[in-house]
Amino acid sequence: MFDDFFIRALVAGIGIAFVAGPLGCFVVWRRLSYFGDTLAHSALLGVTIAYSLEFNIAVSIFLISSAIALILIQLQKKTNLPSDALLGLLAHSSLAVGLVVIGFLTFIRFDIMGLLFGDILAVNKKDLVTIWVGGALILLVLRLIWKPLFASTVNYELAQAEGLNPDRAKAIFTILLAAIIAISIKLVGVLLITGMLIIPTAMARNLSDNPQKMVIFAIIGGLLSVFIGLFSSLEFNTPSGPSIIATALVLFIFSLLKVKQTIQLKN
Amino acid sequence: MSIENNILVKLNNVGFQQNQKWLVKGVSLQVEKGKIVTLIGPNGSGKSTTAKIALGLFKNIEGQVEKFTNNIGYVPQKISIDWTLPLRVRDFMLLTDNLTEDVIDEALSLTGVINLKDKSLGNLSGGEFQRVLLARAISKKPELLVLDEPVQGVDFTGEIALYELIKEISEKLNCGILLISHDLHTVMSATDHVVCLNGHVCCSGSPKEVAKNSQYKALFGEQAAQTLSIYEHKHDHVHTSDGDIKKN
Repeated sequence: MFDDFFIRALVAGIGIAFVAGPLGCFVVWRRLSYFGDTLAHSALLGVTIAYSLEFNIAVSIFLISSAIALILIQLQKKTNLPSDALLGLLAHSSLAVGLVVIGFLTFIRFDIMGLLFGDILAVNKKDLVTIWVGGALILLVLRLIWKPLFASTVNYELAQAEGLNPDRAKAIFTILLAAIIAISIKLVGVLLITGMLIIPTAMARNLSDNPQKMVIFAIIGGLLSVFIGLFSSLEFNTPSGPSIIATALVLFIFSLLKVKQTIQLKN
Repeated sequence: MSIENNILVKLNNVGFQQNQKWLVKGVSLQVEKGKIVTLIGPNGSGKSTTAKIALGLFKNIEGQVEKFTNNIGYVPQKISIDWTLPLRVRDFMLLTDNLTEDVIDEALSLTGVINLKDKSLGNLSGGEFQRVLLARAISKKPELLVLDEPVQGVDFTGEIALYELIKEISEKLNCGILLISHDLHTVMSATDHVVCLNGHVCCSGSPKEVAKNSQYKALFGEQAAQTLSIYEHKHDHVHTSDGDIKKN
């Protein structure tokens, strides 16, 4: 059954959607979408390192993204630059360095478009294991840190005062973010992973009045985006990442109708 | 040792500085089980800072904080809920602890906002929000309650009722309360011990002692001291909502 490339892509996408929903909610709630972008851009460097050292791609991306997150925290402490400037600096320089390194690795043929925008043909059986096992681990850890992470998202001092450990939860969450980028890069691509995290979540916000509902709708939105996106990618021969994200955008636009209705009802 | 003495938290000569400026310095106080300690002082006198030191929210402090409980309920002075996070009152009640429906209902009923349980937090008025904050803090039956201006935005009758409730809670749960208020006369009847802050401890003692203290008078003016003494005779009458005063 997994011999068909399309089935593999679909199974991979379903796995990613389940993880991206809850993580994406926290990315939106904690205003981390640009941070996610920075981690994703640095993933390209991880890919090149993996190829040149013949190392596991997902592990390599995970390590590089985590390193970039640590560098960011250090830069925030040691410089007077605002966070968005530092994020921009890291995002673009790591993307640039990644592309330069690819230029040097002439002995390996890279599908740059595939790396940047995802490639439906690239997902192999090993990737499926990485996505589902890795995804299950990410969700399990998120479940364990949910309380302190959520409480500190609402109010940091309140969470800390009442004995939760917000700093630890935040650090673990950063690692989870690096992990989902590592497992979803093949299907969605470096430039669009953050879209997978935040667009279904933005749609879910328009449909929900409580956090649990928002997480569930974000997962459903992600699943629909993967299904429709991948089928149209197959049908129209478009790259998989943009097809999935474009579908998510259409769903978001539909969700705006619901917002309009609620606002009208209120008036 | 301290458990026997009923001490929940003890501040020993603590201070905190930010950007080379001392926000508070040389503050010592302790909160015991079943007792209410009130911090008063003008704006910027370090009341909230002192409460945060007691809660362990700052890392680089001077002096020592000894805490003998981890079961703490906190009502911060300011809290803003981002619209990107959809949150109902019932979700907010579960923020730091897993509570049963009954416990949530009981707490919300005590502060008079049970009817708001399914409302979105963003749609509450200031006074309603304060009542929810207070309900959340007491719902987990804490040993130590830290209340930073818990009745801001609540109307006058509600304010008195809530202070009476706070007093009731401290007796019922036998918990210690560290209360911050700039509104002197409504707080006084509930308080066992008053600490008057102005960057340092300006004076402290029972409400009566503090009111007589010359430094307190210098800080708040003769008027405030008057208000205080008037308040102490309050129990022979009640204020009705139309402004009348009824003798008991």
